[in-house]
Amino acid sequence: MVTDPVLLQAVAELFPNGISRYAVGGLLVGVGTVLIYAGTGIPAGASTFLESTLSYVSDQSRFQQYVGSRDWRLVFTAGIVLGGLAFAATVQSGVITSSLYQPGTTGRLYDVGGVTLWMTEVQPWRLFLGGILVGVGTRIGKGCTSGHGVCGVGSASKTSVIGVVTFLAVAIGTAQVVAALGVSP
Amino acid sequence: MSSDRHPLFKPLIFVGGLVFGFGLGFSHMARPEVVINFLTFTDLGLPFVMFGAAIVSGVAFALLPRIRNAAPLTGDSYRRRLKPFDRNVLVGGAVFGVGWGLSGICPGAAYASLGVGNVTILWALAGMFLGAYAQGYWRSRTRARDTAATGAD
Repeated sequence: MVTDPVLLQAVAELFPNGISRYAVGGLLVGVGTVLIYAGTGIPAGASTFLESTLSYVSDQSRFQQYVGSRDWRLVFTAGIVLGGLAFAATVQSGVITSSLYQPGTTGRLYDVGGVTLWMTEVQPWRLFLGGILVGVGTRIGKGCTSGHGVCGVGSASKTSVIGVVTFLAVAIGTAQVVAALGVSP
Repeated sequence: MSSDRHPLFKPLIFVGGLVFGFGLGFSHMARPEVVINFLTFTDLGLPFVMFGAAIVSGVAFALLPRIRNAAPLTGDSYRRRLKPFDRNVLVGGAVFGVGWGLSGICPGAAYASLGVGNVTILWALAGMFLGAYAQGYWRSRTRARDTAATGAD
């Protein structure tokens, strides 16, 4: 057990919002993945949706290979969006409160019809440029944080472990450089 | 093949997505700021999300094949998510890493972010579709030219 007060304070500084909201949220992400896997045998990742949805509008062979899964991937993504909304309408709006949830101070909150919604303050150019690279990279790299990070690591896949280490290390380096250049938020 | 699927196939996918999205909201992964705070070492909570989820899925991926022969809604056997390793995993992972580090958002979290009210995330989603289209266009062309394609992932 950690009893040294200096060490305890150092740990608290590294986790200013505690760990419970992260751990509980992660468990829920896992449960969602397992529900789908248990019923269908499909280890679902989120980024294939980008290409499978493009198959509705493009004849390129790269997208057409996903024609068979594009419908359920659309349903999966709709579920994720509405799951986020359900979170906003309950926990984020304060209708459900829990000691496991730390609201934090990032971004800004606004209200629509009694539902507390949240908006980022990260600049649009970062989101757009970063999004382009995420779109290219996840598809070339065979997976994203859910495909490699959750399903692949959960499968003890060496490819996925290497993928996760690669994108985590590069993302840390990139974010540090961007912060050092004074870009904020 | 999608027309003769079990009637509960899509409802289950939807419910799984709901729980998945709720978890991304609860964990604040739908907030780019929180991801960037992890990457710059000011809040180290993120690994609890990814590994927490990976542990849950890992247990299911290990146990389900021993309990049942096939998934009830598809008749498919339970397989782990194993993909062949090649240079693309490193190149793609690095490109994704730059994008994730710059924006603080990944695909699943971006969908959930839209749900929590973050309309600004449409910039990231537009970028992701553009990026996915660009690589798909280029790779479709390359594959059509090069008969020695390595196959789909």
